[in-house]
Amino acid sequence: MSIFISSLISVLIALIFLGFIILSLGDDPFEAYWQLVSWAMGTVPGLIQSLVSMMPLLFTSLGVLIAFKMKLWNIGAEGQFQMGAFAATWGALYLFPNIHNPWVMIPLLMILGAAFGAFWGFLPGIMRAYLGVNEILSTLMLNYVAIYWVNYLTYGPWKGAGSYNFPITAKFPQSAILPQYGSGGLNFGIIISIIMAFFVLYLVKYTKFGFHLEIAGDNLRAGEYAGINVKKLIILAMVIGGAISGIGGMAEMSGVLFRLQPNFSPGYGYTAVIIAWLARLDPIATIVVSFFFGALLVGSQQLQLFMQIPSSLINAFNGILLFSLLASEVFMRYRIRVVRS
Amino acid sequence: MSEKILELKNISKSFSNLIANDSVDFDLKKGEIHALLGENGAGKTTLMNILYGIYKPDAGEIFLDGKKIVISSPRDAIENGIGMIQQHFSLVPSFSVVQNVALGLKEMGIIPDLSKIRKKIIELSDRYKISVEPDAKIWQLSAGEQQRVEIIKLLYVKSKIMILDEPTAILTPQEAKGLFETIKEMTANEASVIFISHKLKEVLEISDRVTVLRHGRVIGTVETKGTNENDLARMMVGRDVVLKTDKKPSHPSKPILEIENIHVMGDKGIEAVRGVSLEVRGGEILGIAGVEGNGQRELGEAIYGLRNYTGNIFINGSKVRPGDVLERIKNHVAYIPQDRKADALCGGLPVYKNLFMKAFSSPIFSFNPYFFYPEKLREPSEKVVKEFSIAASSVDQEVKFLSGGNMQKVVLAREIKSHPKLIIAVHPTRGLDVGAEEFVYNVLLAQKEKGTAILLIAGDLYEIFNLSDRVGVLYEGQIIGYSEPDESHIEEIGLMMAGVKK
Repeated sequence: MSIFISSLISVLIALIFLGFIILSLGDDPFEAYWQLVSWAMGTVPGLIQSLVSMMPLLFTSLGVLIAFKMKLWNIGAEGQFQMGAFAATWGALYLFPNIHNPWVMIPLLMILGAAFGAFWGFLPGIMRAYLGVNEILSTLMLNYVAIYWVNYLTYGPWKGAGSYNFPITAKFPQSAILPQYGSGGLNFGIIISIIMAFFVLYLVKYTKFGFHLEIAGDNLRAGEYAGINVKKLIILAMVIGGAISGIGGMAEMSGVLFRLQPNFSPGYGYTAVIIAWLARLDPIATIVVSFFFGALLVGSQQLQLFMQIPSSLINAFNGILLFSLLASEVFMRYRIRVVRS
Repeated sequence: MSEKILELKNISKSFSNLIANDSVDFDLKKGEIHALLGENGAGKTTLMNILYGIYKPDAGEIFLDGKKIVISSPRDAIENGIGMIQQHFSLVPSFSVVQNVALGLKEMGIIPDLSKIRKKIIELSDRYKISVEPDAKIWQLSAGEQQRVEIIKLLYVKSKIMILDEPTAILTPQEAKGLFETIKEMTANEASVIFISHKLKEVLEISDRVTVLRHGRVIGTVETKGTNENDLARMMVGRDVVLKTDKKPSHPSKPILEIENIHVMGDKGIEAVRGVSLEVRGGEILGIAGVEGNGQRELGEAIYGLRNYTGNIFINGSKVRPGDVLERIKNHVAYIPQDRKADALCGGLPVYKNLFMKAFSSPIFSFNPYFFYPEKLREPSEKVVKEFSIAASSVDQEVKFLSGGNMQKVVLAREIKSHPKLIIAVHPTRGLDVGAEEFVYNVLLAQKEKGTAILLIAGDLYEIFNLSDRVGVLYEGQIIGYSEPDESHIEEIGLMMAGVKK
């Protein structure tokens, strides 16, 4: 219960902070808050858009959650997500030009996306397990490698025909596109992401793997003592997390964007870190929090549209939120008392 | 001798809902050695930390030479002539003895006059017969020598009241004797000493008066001359205690653990175990004595597979691989490590998960790795908690909120329940009160009778005498010799602990 309250207080602090920034821009913060939520959560098209934004956030949050359970600070979901998107594009446009059956194509792309995401998790995993390389640094660095790799491809060899020299690839063939519902962008990927949340719940709560994550996450030495192969577990946690983020990248391509382009992610993988924390590493709570952040993303575009407030303000909000979340960890553990001498 | 130089009146201190000191009265006469006796967790160290200014008391007053004083930091304490040697020394390892003494001085200035300090150190060590090498670096010194440096530091600032917190824990019997002589020399020079301990024998040997604490309260203060071991034990525990366990003759069977010439690296990159060979048979307890830091920890970890080694280890006749804990567990090896909180427990997890930490490694369980319901562990855990009388509010309580004794019981319960053929126990009663100690002894002895091989690595010689059938002494990573686990051999064992071969 106190965990829930501290999360709520963190959100409140971030909102207050956001209010001051908006005030300093000369706008009314309450009107801005209203703009932030009214359309994204109060209208059907807004809700649909929020769900669409939720999907990549949910995948990446679930990806980092697994490593976080073990106190591995995997902040590489962004790179794993982009590698998954890259792999899906590669498969859809270059590897399988002769596959026209979506029942074959989609699973193939999903496996490809998972494999590349997993590989992007495996690298920092193996470096951490055997060489003691700090995973925070290695995952962060690999994000840039992935981002620039996508940039290179889209500006260079993969620049699509008929893109009018814009750095975008050709559109995915129909067989590589996930089922769509209506015209608002609602797609099957959203369902996969929610199924994934339940799968992660099963994984962390009802399997040997999850039990070992819990033990090693609480005390690594005790994990070794209990006969757990901690090195293998570190790599496994990074690989599984990477695969989930990679599937997220694939779903974003096949379900929403249908073509690879630079900056196609507004930093989903970074926001995922905040979401996983705010949900206190609970996969089901992660669904709810991801939706909230998806709505926020949609709402921030409304802000820009109607109040000319830069939508990147939401990044400042996210930053403050993570900051107050981490601070609340401290306050939950310690009490501050004034001692008069 | 009768003049009171220090008086603590009505000192109370609590930590959230734990009462560490409950209106404690304590006084110290000039030139006296006053022992503060009590089980672990009785509040001895808390009381002294209040006197030394580390904790602020919730209530109570401190009088020095009849004048009321307030001590709000160790600096205040030192200025009032109160010095304390804590269980963990506060020395800078890369500095020399002279530099360490200089560090604490007020009149040090920007460029300290080290030669003056050096001269005074030599003077002090001559007068009090404390042998220290002023230019040696701290890391080169043994624990006993480092303790002497701490004493010099106190003498240097002319402390009138010296608090020694469990000073003999790290010493050989001979070194302890030397320490006692130093203490007596200090009291002859008008200093007064508060001697904290939970060991009855040494309290009877060194002190003039004894104050016994139990659960944060003073049970009584007695003249040492007018008391004895049994009386003090009863005051400490609140009931009669059997100090001698009843050790039945053992019937050793075939060797369960065989070690051939193993070498193990320590954390500092220095070889900590240098060619140890030994054998433990089923149904016997082999005690390994030695001053701490002579390779005990490394030896235990190597046998259990937590640390790499060269050489051979056989369990039940088959060779095991270095660094493979799982293989040990599969072969029914149980391990009770020295630092159970850091090595064998997950503090943030509930009791029931800790009891089943080896759910997927121990051969006695067969859980499905893909359909595992931790909730189902609750019921069997409740039984174990009852059987081992673990004082937890429920099996859901996080282990970090248990007392040291109950933590040890959780480890013990888990390890004993795995039907071990070999138990490696390193300092199994460290930090436990007499009651819990008795419990651990009985469990280990019962296991021995069942035919389990037990390797007991302990610092407390009486523990080894109480339990083991043979004693080996570990000195600088080697077994320097074997002896009989009997008090009549204490001299011989002590010499071996100091490195003197038979």
